[in-house]
Amino acid sequence: MSYLNSQGIHQLRDTILSISGEDVSKCIQCGKCSGGCPVSPEMDIQPNQVLRLVQINDRKPLLGCSTIWICASCQTCSVRCPEDIDISKIMDSLRKLALEEKVPVGEKNVVKFDEIFLDLIRKRGRVHELELVMRYNLASRQPFKDAHLGPVMLLRGKLGLLGHRIKEVGRIREIFKNSKRLFRDSR
Amino acid sequence: MQVGYYPGCSLESSAKEFDLSIRAVFEALGISLKEISDWNCCGASPAHYLNEELAAALPYRNLVKAEEAGLDKVISPCPACYSHMKHVHEEVGKDARLGDRLRRIVGKGYEGKVDSKHFLDFINGDIGLERLKSSLKTSLNGLRVASYYGCLTRLPGVKIDDVENPILMDGIIEALGGEPLNWSHKTECCGASLSVTRTEIALRLVRSIVEAAQEKGAQCIAVVCPLCQSNLDTRQGDVSKKYGPSHKMPILYVSQLIGLGQKLGFEQLGLNRLIINPRSPLIEKGIIET
Repeated sequence: MSYLNSQGIHQLRDTILSISGEDVSKCIQCGKCSGGCPVSPEMDIQPNQVLRLVQINDRKPLLGCSTIWICASCQTCSVRCPEDIDISKIMDSLRKLALEEKVPVGEKNVVKFDEIFLDLIRKRGRVHELELVMRYNLASRQPFKDAHLGPVMLLRGKLGLLGHRIKEVGRIREIFKNSKRLFRDSR
Repeated sequence: MQVGYYPGCSLESSAKEFDLSIRAVFEALGISLKEISDWNCCGASPAHYLNEELAAALPYRNLVKAEEAGLDKVISPCPACYSHMKHVHEEVGKDARLGDRLRRIVGKGYEGKVDSKHFLDFINGDIGLERLKSSLKTSLNGLRVASYYGCLTRLPGVKIDDVENPILMDGIIEALGGEPLNWSHKTECCGASLSVTRTEIALRLVRSIVEAAQEKGAQCIAVVCPLCQSNLDTRQGDVSKKYGPSHKMPILYVSQLIGLGQKLGFEQLGLNRLIINPRSPLIEKGIIET
């Protein structure tokens, strides 16, 4: 057994492979993903560096980074990768892995937003946009954020004041209860 | 012709104009839209960010509901909703274990009979530009339009146009008598998913897109995504505050432009609901009266 294998160097690569079906070993670090990424200027770890960290099993900086949460899932990286790696899918897997391992997340507000979004679906079956923004503002301690947009959105009839609750909302709650974060855990 | 319709959450509020204009345009084309009964949110980005099974189960239920209603074709105007429906349909077709798992989570099975469509490929493929042209009562008189696709053509399961240089929307603009522009930012991300949580990123991206359109002399930007429209329309004010005053670019849904070609009403198409007033270029080109 080689030194590298005995140190578990492939552990994270194998985990990502089992979650996403994507093999980061194929990555040749060409940098095309980082080059085309629209959010690259604001990322703490570049997309190609994310793949490199997976390759060398460097979990800690990776799971706590800001990058995986500000990735906009625009798929530019995935469609351009010359090795056909679905990088966007790997970002997705890393997000869920970070939550599974209860790592302090790199963008708390993004996760708060996502959790409120899902809570609204769980409670009513659809997302009531006004409530989403109001609850997010409170949760992120920015009560007046985007308040200047409120009046004009209301005047143009773009702010549904009342949300809609679907009839089978009980079924939606069951769906939430039954769904596991990672499909591999259901196999 | 009757076709299934999945509006999605944003078409009920911030993207009401997309819903209004699609309904108006389809009525003018003689196509009846049947909304999926009791549909649920597709999960958008938050679902697949946080929970893999939920991200598949939510669209799966909508496919089940569509199938129950006997709808073999469903139009999903929002690219994200469309991608999720199409992607789940494909994945359960390939992976029986996933199909079983989703059937158990949702409580009912999906037989794979629903064909999800986006507005663009429905107009182009199922209706065709000739039939579209025959429904027109006026021309866009050379209105200079920058067609903005956002990430639509790149999303999982979506294979309706080229990923780097799509042309479906441009073809429609041309058929309407408008002038589609060859510009650089057709598929550059607008940052809508970060518009609330990391607004400064969205502002930077919105600014790039609007400036690129202005550089080519665009009189408006046409979109097919409720999130793109909302982001590009509502955030230009904030872009001006941060980067300096700039000429405002109207952001219209391609369905609204089609409706204008069919001489449908300004309010009927939801054009009065846009944050940035589109009247000026439309009057200039004689598409609408003052």
